Amino acid sequence: MSAVILFLGVIAVIAGWWLSQQRLTSKPWLEEGSIHDFPGTGAMTWPAAKVGLGVFLAVAGCLFTLFVSAYSMRMTMVDWRAMPVPKVLWFNTGVLVLSSVALHWAYIAARRGDMDGVIVGLLAGGTSAITFLAGQLLAWQQLGAAGYFVASNPANSFFYMITAVHGLHLTGGLVALGRTTAKVWRQDAMTAEMRLSVELCTIYWHFLLLVWLVLLGLLTGWTNDFVDICRQLLS
Amino acid sequence: MVDVPYDGIAGTVVPPAEVPDVELYHPKSWLTRYVFSQDAKIIAIQYSLTASAIGLVALVLSWLMRLQLGFPGTFSFIDANQYLQFITMHGMIMVIYLLTALFLGGFGNYLIPLMVGARDMVFPYVNMLSYWVYLLAVLVLASTFFVPGGPTGAGWTLYPPQAILSGTPGQDWGIVLMLASLILFIIGFTMGGLNYVVTVLQARTRGMTLMRLPLTVWGIFTATVMALLAFPALFVGSVMLLLDRLLGTSFFMPALVEMGQLSKYGGGSPLLFQHLFWFFGHPEVYIVALPAFGIVSDLISTHARKNIFGYRMMVWAIVAIGALSFVVWAHHMYVSGMYPYFGYFFATTTLIIAIPTAIKVYNWVLTLWRGDIHLTVPMLFALGFIITFVNGGLTGLFLGNVVVDVPLSDTMFVVAHFHMVMGVAPIMVVLGAIYHWYPKVTGRMLNAGLGKFHFWVTFLGAYLIFFPMHYLGLLGVPRRYFELGDAAFIPPSAHSLNAFITVVALTVGFAQMTFLFNLVWSLFEGEPSGGNPWRATSLEWQTPETPPGHGNWGKELPIVYRWAYDYSVPGAAQDFIPQNQPPATTGAVQGAAS
Repeated sequence: MSAVILFLGVIAVIAGWWLSQQRLTSKPWLEEGSIHDFPGTGAMTWPAAKVGLGVFLAVAGCLFTLFVSAYSMRMTMVDWRAMPVPKVLWFNTGVLVLSSVALHWAYIAARRGDMDGVIVGLLAGGTSAITFLAGQLLAWQQLGAAGYFVASNPANSFFYMITAVHGLHLTGGLVALGRTTAKVWRQDAMTAEMRLSVELCTIYWHFLLLVWLVLLGLLTGWTNDFVDICRQLLS
Repeated sequence: MVDVPYDGIAGTVVPPAEVPDVELYHPKSWLTRYVFSQDAKIIAIQYSLTASAIGLVALVLSWLMRLQLGFPGTFSFIDANQYLQFITMHGMIMVIYLLTALFLGGFGNYLIPLMVGARDMVFPYVNMLSYWVYLLAVLVLASTFFVPGGPTGAGWTLYPPQAILSGTPGQDWGIVLMLASLILFIIGFTMGGLNYVVTVLQARTRGMTLMRLPLTVWGIFTATVMALLAFPALFVGSVMLLLDRLLGTSFFMPALVEMGQLSKYGGGSPLLFQHLFWFFGHPEVYIVALPAFGIVSDLISTHARKNIFGYRMMVWAIVAIGALSFVVWAHHMYVSGMYPYFGYFFATTTLIIAIPTAIKVYNWVLTLWRGDIHLTVPMLFALGFIITFVNGGLTGLFLGNVVVDVPLSDTMFVVAHFHMVMGVAPIMVVLGAIYHWYPKVTGRMLNAGLGKFHFWVTFLGAYLIFFPMHYLGLLGVPRRYFELGDAAFIPPSAHSLNAFITVVALTVGFAQMTFLFNLVWSLFEGEPSGGNPWRATSLEWQTPETPPGHGNWGKELPIVYRWAYDYSVPGAAQDFIPQNQPPATTGAVQGAAS
């Protein structure tokens, strides 16, 4: 459970930093008056959707970290047999990076007000994300063909489960991306609302890329040494 | 008077906050107004009614369990399997589907927008979805009573391996639907939780700084943050257990012999599930307790006509409890076979969390000290809560210690402890809060005479039920047992005590019907309450209409000038000053303007 404790520690630091800006040591019973006497303590000025996405990413991050925690606890049992990594995963990773880059490009285009650039970026991002999902299914198929079934070893079980959860999150993102693309498609000029939608999609994509890189490191065993070091530090 | 804007020093006029960025949704038909509503107040009522309905099912299950325990062998319609199913469903429903949903989905939805001065939640559509997913989760849960094999009897903790092995009731469908229902619940809750958190962060009205929030909002806000971070652990555990059950993976399942045959499982770790479950399960205790702490602070302050003692310390304690509750989970696992010295670390953190909790109790008592105490029904329930929570908390100190917990762990002592601290205490707050806010929701008062009868029967009855149970636990009477049989260490008096508890439990259960009657009767016949019957300061009592209309505040949002606890301020005209009343100098400003 140390991974998730570490993650919550990071959340706690962020929350603590924010709370420290909120005059938690003030004495409200002595302070009647308007808000202008206490600058910076009102409601957040970020758009609600952006704050909401931030909170959601904390929840999703917690979920993935818990999977990582469970993985690192289960992998120490004697029946664990590491699984070969299908080559197609490298291709998939590249495609997901491309997807993130394309969306970031759309985001920059949106800030410049370049409608064509936004459309191209969104479509490229969406297409490569779908390619990534197809590639993940291909990886499943290859593993199945090679005899690595879901239930034959816990390493396999974790692989299928974690890639499925990541894929579902990406699928949910694709719904939002589709709606954003449709919105941009129908409009002639960039509005603040569209800019925000593109930005939120980009943030979410970067988050899922980061999660995927961490998961890939875990599933391919790259991070084993790192995990061992952490384990020794803790025990 | 209330609408006159005021700027403390310069005396210049500050315009009220407008809300251009939140397009308020307008219902067009009866269906979208009252059924598929996106108004947080309607969603709150939907949440509360659904939670109460499924809670009544759990109440009936507890009667059936008590009948069996009090008069074993008398009721042929209860067999050992059903008894286990009743235990499981009673626990799961009460903890998750009733208390969590009621405090966060019910009170959270109703009170957060009103108390922070917002028009609605920030994502009304997601908020509506949250309720419908919750309802689906409840229906899936309730459906397990009707599937072949019935609901799961694995205990509310659903420990593998027994949860998914044959021999445990509900092994076919019950456990699968239970896990599916939990997964749905968590998805639905996450949608609602995002709303509660972002509304507090982003939609507070002008002047509502964090340190001016009523403690109710602080409690619900912190509990929601905790729930958002803790429920994923249950989600992960449920998904993995579901895969073990359906696809035959071995995340949690060790190699074992089932019905004389070697099962298909092997190598898994049941302890891993326990870690995941309690990583959710312990914060869950405080997810229920923190809103209760917040609400009870407001009830006490309002009905004792006195500012809350140590507001800052109360806020810090809420935050500290929220943070600490994530590092105490393994105190539920002292007898699980984990590394023993691990337990001492968790015993230490468990005892540390008693400090902020004790701070809160002292502050409540000091708020009462020399207050102008009105023994209204909400106040009675708030006082009942404090006493019950202290009682339950003290036995918690016993159980938090490894050496004391090990012999007591599987006895009725634990049942008595968590029913006091997590059952009776929060329910006292729920009931008090309903008596307190019912006038705002309906515009009518609940009948006080019936309310007092309800309080005394519930309060005294709870003690008659759970105090003897501690004693049974110390005798060594085990929990989860269908019948005790003739064990030498259990004296005949324990059996008659069990019968006594059953009689009281049934009486208290039926007394709740007076409350249900009161709720319905007062809706039509109750005394009209006016907008602010308790003469309270916080914003929800200052709405232009009662019950609050769509959008809560009429044309302009309120402006907040002070904290929520200006009761009995020396020199003030009334014994309370609403949060949106400008400071006294405004009189001069007003005079100059006119």
